[in-house]
Amino acid sequence: MSDRDTILTAVKAQIEPFNKKGVTVTEATTFQGDLEWDSLTVMDFVAAIEDEFDIIITMNMQAEIETVGQLVDAVAKLKA
Amino acid sequence: MSDDGVQSDLPPAAAAVPAERDLFDKFAPLIAEREALLSSGVRDPFGIVMEEVKSPTVAVIKGKETILLGTYNYMGMTFDPDVIAAGKEAFDKFGTGTNGSRALNGTFHDHMEVEQALREFYGTTGAIVFSTGYQANLGVISAIAGKGEYVILDADSHASIYDGCAMGNAEIVRFRHNSVEDLDKRLGRLPKEPGKLVVLEGVYSMLGDVAPLKEMVAVAKKHGAMVLVDEAHSMGFFGPNGRGVYEDQGLEDQVDFVIGTFSKSVGTVGGFCVSNHPKFEILRFVCRPYIFTASLPPAVVASAATSIRKLMHAHNKRAHLWENTRQLHGGLKRLGFRLPTDEPQSAVVAVLLEDQTQAVAMWHALLEAGLYVNVARPPATPAGTFLLRCSVCAEHTNEQIAQVIAMFEAAGRATGAIG
Repeated sequence: MSDRDTILTAVKAQIEPFNKKGVTVTEATTFQGDLEWDSLTVMDFVAAIEDEFDIIITMNMQAEIETVGQLVDAVAKLKA
Repeated sequence: MSDDGVQSDLPPAAAAVPAERDLFDKFAPLIAEREALLSSGVRDPFGIVMEEVKSPTVAVIKGKETILLGTYNYMGMTFDPDVIAAGKEAFDKFGTGTNGSRALNGTFHDHMEVEQALREFYGTTGAIVFSTGYQANLGVISAIAGKGEYVILDADSHASIYDGCAMGNAEIVRFRHNSVEDLDKRLGRLPKEPGKLVVLEGVYSMLGDVAPLKEMVAVAKKHGAMVLVDEAHSMGFFGPNGRGVYEDQGLEDQVDFVIGTFSKSVGTVGGFCVSNHPKFEILRFVCRPYIFTASLPPAVVASAATSIRKLMHAHNKRAHLWENTRQLHGGLKRLGFRLPTDEPQSAVVAVLLEDQTQAVAMWHALLEAGLYVNVARPPATPAGTFLLRCSVCAEHTNEQIAQVIAMFEAAGRATGAIG
């Protein structure tokens, strides 16, 4: 498994507790449109991701991230 | 408009905006939600008009004398005779307004006087007055944290703090509400070099909970960050001199900037920042919300200066405010209402309710009975909570608080909020 795959798996695992609608998560899944998360859910989820990978995703960066794939890319970049 | 033909010179009425590019489409869900709420027969919680204000604690709303328990008028200074007299005198001597920016023609005698009163009240070398508390946060936060630097803020921060972050160019990092550990962890992950500003509030106004500032400021200092504390909801009744939660927790030499407002305990309108920073005055040249807006009217700053000086010695008011708060908190708790804190931590007493329907029904029942409180809902409230928020005043009598508790009991039983 590549580093990117490992990150994707871990991100999907972090999504699950917040995935109230039981959406099938792919890299194209959007947080707002598909998962229908409100701002409070996003905040809790971002905190969970930050703690999982020991990184900081600033609010400035969060504004650019819409899909699961984009989040994986951002995490990969921050961990590098 | 007269019949002299002016009207015919006006441009014709705009044609209806074609639906496909109506910029208001995005508000449709909110418009629908409001229509649904109002069609259920309740009064509009965000459309209250006070026809007459009789005192800091009583107003006439729709012809009915109503107890005010949702005004932030913590110290009851709005009808203080000395405060009113100072305003009247300034009206007569300086006129109704300044017509301009603090930086140009908008600084009069009493703008300097109120800044001096603030320096004395807070024991600081610097004080800068803005036109509102919102603008004080907007101006200071956006100016002092620049590109490549960091602002670290509590997730439950007031909108003015978030907006100050959005207006500036710094990187913004949030930590979980009042979590010292979370703040420490996040500061530890940031690069060492860039400047950092940690933004905290003494009292969080939605739930009325107090921040563990002592621990948080220690963590911020450990990581080399400067600290700004918003003390809007604590002025006048926390700490030996009423300076706020930071004074109560012994942090006067640790906090770099304190933000405050005149619209709550002081009883007028306006905002400020106080600090001992040796270069503090430069903010007057870099805070856009200080420069590019009109300054406060002379009567407002004259009233504020008098009020602030009186607050320095308002020990009896302060004691009575805390007494009222304990009476209200204890009474509601005994009735079985859900309160976010087990003990009263500030002069904000919030009552947690099930959902919007119950919160508004309860609010409506209280208003009909003659009591005004605030309804608050997400996103203003944390973690999707719906609540009624009471802010206590030093001028409430013990009898009024007893009346308030009785009204809550009746409304709570009528709406099923309590058994």
